[in-house]
Amino acid sequence: MKRKEFLQLSALNLGALAIPKFMLAGREIDESALLNDGIDVKIKKELADVALNAAKAKGATYTDVRIGRYLNQFVITRDKRVQNVANTESFGVGIRVISNGCWGFAATNEVTKEGISKCAERAVAVANANAKIKANTVKLVPQKGYGQVSWKTPIETNAFAVPVKDKVDLLLKVNDLAVSGGASFINAAILAVNEQKYFASTDGSYIDQDIHRIYPTFTVTGIDKASGKFTTRASFSSPVGMGYEYLNPKEDEKVKGIVTRYKDRYDILEDVKAATEDVKQKLAAPSVEPGKYDLVLDPSHLWLTIHESVAHPTELDRVLGYEANYAGTSFLTMEKLKSGNFKFGSDIVNIVADKLQKGSLGAVGYDDEGVGTKQWDIIKEGKLVNFQAIRDQAHILGLKESQGCCYAQSWSDVQFQRMPNISLMPGKEKKSVDDIIKNVEKGIYIIGNGSFSIDQQRYNFQFGGQTFYEIKNGKITGMLKDVAYQANTQEFWNSCSAIADKSDYRLGGAFNDGKGQPGQSNAVSHGCATTRFNGVNVINTARKI
Amino acid sequence: MPLLTKDEAEALLKKVLSYSKADECEINLNGGDGANIRYARNSVSTSGAVTQSTLQVASAYGKKLGIATINEFDDASLEKVVRRAEELAKLAPDNREFVGFLGPQKYSPQSKTYDEATAAMDPRWRADAVAKSLQIAKENKLVAAGFLENGAGYSAMINSHGLFAYNTATNVNFNVTLRTEDGKGSGYASKGYNDLNKLDVAAATRIAAQKAAGSSDAKAIEPGKYTVILEPAAAIVLLENIFFSMDARSADEGRSFMSKAGGKTKKGEKLVDERVTIYSDPQNPDLPTRNWNADGLPQEKIYWINKGVMENVFYSRYWAQKTGQKEIPTPDAVIMTGGSASLEDLIKSTEKGILVSRLWYIRSVDPQTLLVTGLTRDGTFYIENGQIKFPVKNFRFNESPIIMLNNLESLGIPERTVSGESGIHAMIPPMKIRDFTFTSLSDAV
Repeated sequence: MKRKEFLQLSALNLGALAIPKFMLAGREIDESALLNDGIDVKIKKELADVALNAAKAKGATYTDVRIGRYLNQFVITRDKRVQNVANTESFGVGIRVISNGCWGFAATNEVTKEGISKCAERAVAVANANAKIKANTVKLVPQKGYGQVSWKTPIETNAFAVPVKDKVDLLLKVNDLAVSGGASFINAAILAVNEQKYFASTDGSYIDQDIHRIYPTFTVTGIDKASGKFTTRASFSSPVGMGYEYLNPKEDEKVKGIVTRYKDRYDILEDVKAATEDVKQKLAAPSVEPGKYDLVLDPSHLWLTIHESVAHPTELDRVLGYEANYAGTSFLTMEKLKSGNFKFGSDIVNIVADKLQKGSLGAVGYDDEGVGTKQWDIIKEGKLVNFQAIRDQAHILGLKESQGCCYAQSWSDVQFQRMPNISLMPGKEKKSVDDIIKNVEKGIYIIGNGSFSIDQQRYNFQFGGQTFYEIKNGKITGMLKDVAYQANTQEFWNSCSAIADKSDYRLGGAFNDGKGQPGQSNAVSHGCATTRFNGVNVINTARKI
Repeated sequence: MPLLTKDEAEALLKKVLSYSKADECEINLNGGDGANIRYARNSVSTSGAVTQSTLQVASAYGKKLGIATINEFDDASLEKVVRRAEELAKLAPDNREFVGFLGPQKYSPQSKTYDEATAAMDPRWRADAVAKSLQIAKENKLVAAGFLENGAGYSAMINSHGLFAYNTATNVNFNVTLRTEDGKGSGYASKGYNDLNKLDVAAATRIAAQKAAGSSDAKAIEPGKYTVILEPAAAIVLLENIFFSMDARSADEGRSFMSKAGGKTKKGEKLVDERVTIYSDPQNPDLPTRNWNADGLPQEKIYWINKGVMENVFYSRYWAQKTGQKEIPTPDAVIMTGGSASLEDLIKSTEKGILVSRLWYIRSVDPQTLLVTGLTRDGTFYIENGQIKFPVKNFRFNESPIIMLNNLESLGIPERTVSGESGIHAMIPPMKIRDFTFTSLSDAV
């Protein structure tokens, strides 16, 4: 995930929560404008055709145009106060061309026939200037045109239609519960996203999509004044590809246990009460003894380990070296894939790439280069079987069509390969979390994601968490603190010894998966059930300054 | 819309302000044009160009504040955005932390943040520069991936109390990674300036080439505590965690590394080695920055850490008023003083140690101690008896920049560097640190 956004968040005192920079960069608008559908699809088609024709006239052999209206709403509170209510809108057009066998891209917020025409010409000029330093000609795998089609995130309640007052009232209630429960501070926020994007290409597609996401979250801080120590516990919510219905609790969407966790509905009031108690326990918890432990990882934690150690190294652009200067390359190579025999994990590890799953952040009808979305295997019974590719990479994998992984964070950024949802399949046999814990002699049960860091080829990682429970002889004995684990990706996934069944399967995710130069954010989910890994190295992170 | 001159910006902002009916009104205007080129596998990959401008109006009635923004500049749109901000303000709840807008301020003259030639860079210039970098890669049988971007922009603000501020800026950033064809060696260089003439794409690429070739076939040595020499690009990504946490309010509230038992703070205390001095100065010729901040407060030379003592922390206008302190804006850049030793001198004076070119994926582990983790990358070398002996495999570290600055051995000559994590620019010396904590090995190259 991106660092820069973490810094902006710390400025807001939101801790580990994520507001991508592009969201903050949009222009602010009033609430009523959020519900207006923007320009008519007929006009969008006319404008798109201006771009396609202008680029063709200048010699482009392929053109795609994205007319985008990106809406965001932030309701941010702190203790008893509303810190900020911001509605932002960003509207403009991005045009990508191939000319002289080379990509060119330009974008403008002058969404007029003249502005678009000029922008298309600029994109062709960029391609032509770059063509003289190209080593290869861009090769696109064929893509049929879909004609005029549309897709919409299946939501029950548009978050932008819910009055700000309702959101403020809910968040202030959350904050009241924390403060009256003994928390020192609380920050709580609701972020809502709506991408209205229109795509057209010279392949004959005109695709209108309306994509919704929401993320309610909080961080409770506890301070022990006498010792000067402080700690936090973040919410166990997830950013999801849903409407405001995510905030309507349902008993059958709750996972009970040492603390309640949530599936497709979130109970923010219940979670904040638990978090306030967790903070007190965390402050008083003993510091971990470093050493080898069996780790039992809750989906609210494991999604991030999957993100960093499975999803990133299977991105084909990293494998090939396109990210060598920034995000890095990958320990997974074309040779390892072609061998058909690379043992990524233990036999029970099955990992799937997906752009369809309802409620996930990655679900769309079509990607940002007009390819219909799908699902495919990445790791099958522990073996590496595929990567993630887009149209100009598909031929490298010998594919006849793109896997539909192309995304741009806004109209002003060029689209490129981004990860789909990458999820660990639940165990096939009936197995509960208790079944997984009962065989552990010396272990730690980790809930919630915390600190995270991994090298540029995705071998060596270190993860923290929100809450840590010691397991002794098959029983949870109490909370620990100062826990982080370090491992090598392949060793870690080969130490995977048990996965709970589908009744425990949940999605986690992030709005701010980062890659590219200039950096772009991608929203993505990762599903899994509670999973055990044997003999992982745990360090103690306490220091004195 | 083209870059507006100071007079044009002031005329436009005065017109917008004339539409205001609120108790107070403040307007920010910014615009610019930027472009970039990206290459990998010894060939150009993607590139782009974007033009944008935005006007933001903040209107206040008492403690009620409304903000609206627009990117259309005809008179009707300009009046509409003012009305919209006023309507929002009337609907908003009181913001108890809104302290009103500032009156007129005195600013130092604009520093050298803008350069005409940098603003005029075109796609051909960028392609030619990248061609030079690619040539060096091919001559050395290395594989290049890199990024070159430049931009030009202006920012201006006005308010109903008579404040007006204006600034123009240009920037050019270049970074490149060269890898050996077998993937066993990797080198990196990153440079960023306001002025294109300071950028030598070929020289930067040659540094990356040297590190790529030199880092090939690294040996594994045991993790543990080592004396390290951190090049500026490695040091900045650790030190910035101190700057980003120097907020008075968090310290006072008991939730920062500056907080102490009993509700006190470490402000005014000596927290690191007395040779550590860190300050900001918008007029520094090597690192010029804007002479005002987003609130319209003047940015002036100020010491943050002076001879090891935590001398100043940031005070927002609200927190300054509440605690009876002077408001201190967060700076746009920082400068750490150094010594007169070159990087070579630091290596020569090292009996046993590790030279670190770059650190990567830095994340906070414990905000209480500023403990961070991350890894070495793109050139890590073992030093013995004053000489680089061999490349070593990359390490993961867990270290606090505060502990590190207490273990300071010596400092070199500061140079302008760009954080590979946050993107901030800073003047940072190479530094020799003892007992730096490496906790595990990584196979990554």
